[in-house]
Amino acid sequence: MLKRLFMLIALVLIAILFFDVASNFTERSELSGISQYYVEQGAEELGAANLVTSVVVTYRGLDTLGEVTVLFISAAGASLLLRRRRNTNKKLVVEESSEIVQTTLSIMFPIIMLFGVYIFINGHLTPGGGFQGGAVVASALLFFMLARPNDSISHKLLMKIESLSGFTYVVLGVLGVILAGGFLDNRVLGLGEFGSLFSAGLIPLIYILVGLKVGSELGSLLQKFRE
Amino acid sequence: MLTFLTLLLCIGILISALLATYLRSMVAAIVSAGLAGLFASVTYVILAAPDVAMTEAAIGSGITTVVFLFALSKTRSKPGSKAND
Repeated sequence: MLKRLFMLIALVLIAILFFDVASNFTERSELSGISQYYVEQGAEELGAANLVTSVVVTYRGLDTLGEVTVLFISAAGASLLLRRRRNTNKKLVVEESSEIVQTTLSIMFPIIMLFGVYIFINGHLTPGGGFQGGAVVASALLFFMLARPNDSISHKLLMKIESLSGFTYVVLGVLGVILAGGFLDNRVLGLGEFGSLFSAGLIPLIYILVGLKVGSELGSLLQKFRE
Repeated sequence: MLTFLTLLLCIGILISALLATYLRSMVAAIVSAGLAGLFASVTYVILAAPDVAMTEAAIGSGITTVVFLFALSKTRSKPGSKAND
């Protein structure tokens, strides 16, 4: 009874809080402060056609590095938790999946993989980027795991790709301190022609690394769960 | 029209989120939670945030659902038995 009363009070308080926010809400028609600067100067300063990318990778690059680190830590934690059980479990032989699924895999796997790679290579031109492309790559790996339950993807290879790309990401960031304006500054390389594939300095390189890292990380996480 | 569609999607998010908490079957609840993510990602596309929509669709409704399903099958199977439902 008391518990219900507390729950009711909490609900009412939340309702009051949200009512205040919702009733005073007016849509902004102008950008404020720093976002105004990003919109006006971003394209010229960093040369990326997709403004979101230049904010995510360069202006707020440190946050992205933090996000990548968070993902790394959670993947590492999950595999640490899952490791203990594996020793006691014998390797199960699971029934092969049907002919249809296997045939679909051999047709769709390269296409999904290519799409993921396309998303992170074109991160500075079109919507999407390292995280999105990496997740698509991981879903291709997941499809492989589901369609061929008895084959596994080399864990060592995934680990090597992951740690190498993470390391290179930080190295590129430090290069920005030495050669350009600061940590993760993309103007280490030339900005190139606006809107072409080889443009926007380090942004495509960093996004390729992030994509590889996220893809291999999620892939190895799913692999750990499956084992 | 667009506002109506957005509202409809938001109602969809709410209903599937509620279903995720109230459904008895674990698998159905997980799928329902994934459905909420899918509705959310369509909403993001309508609200002109394609970058967020891609992340939500791939991670929120795709990989998270699968991770939950894997975790469910792991916690259900008892050590020593080969049952895997």
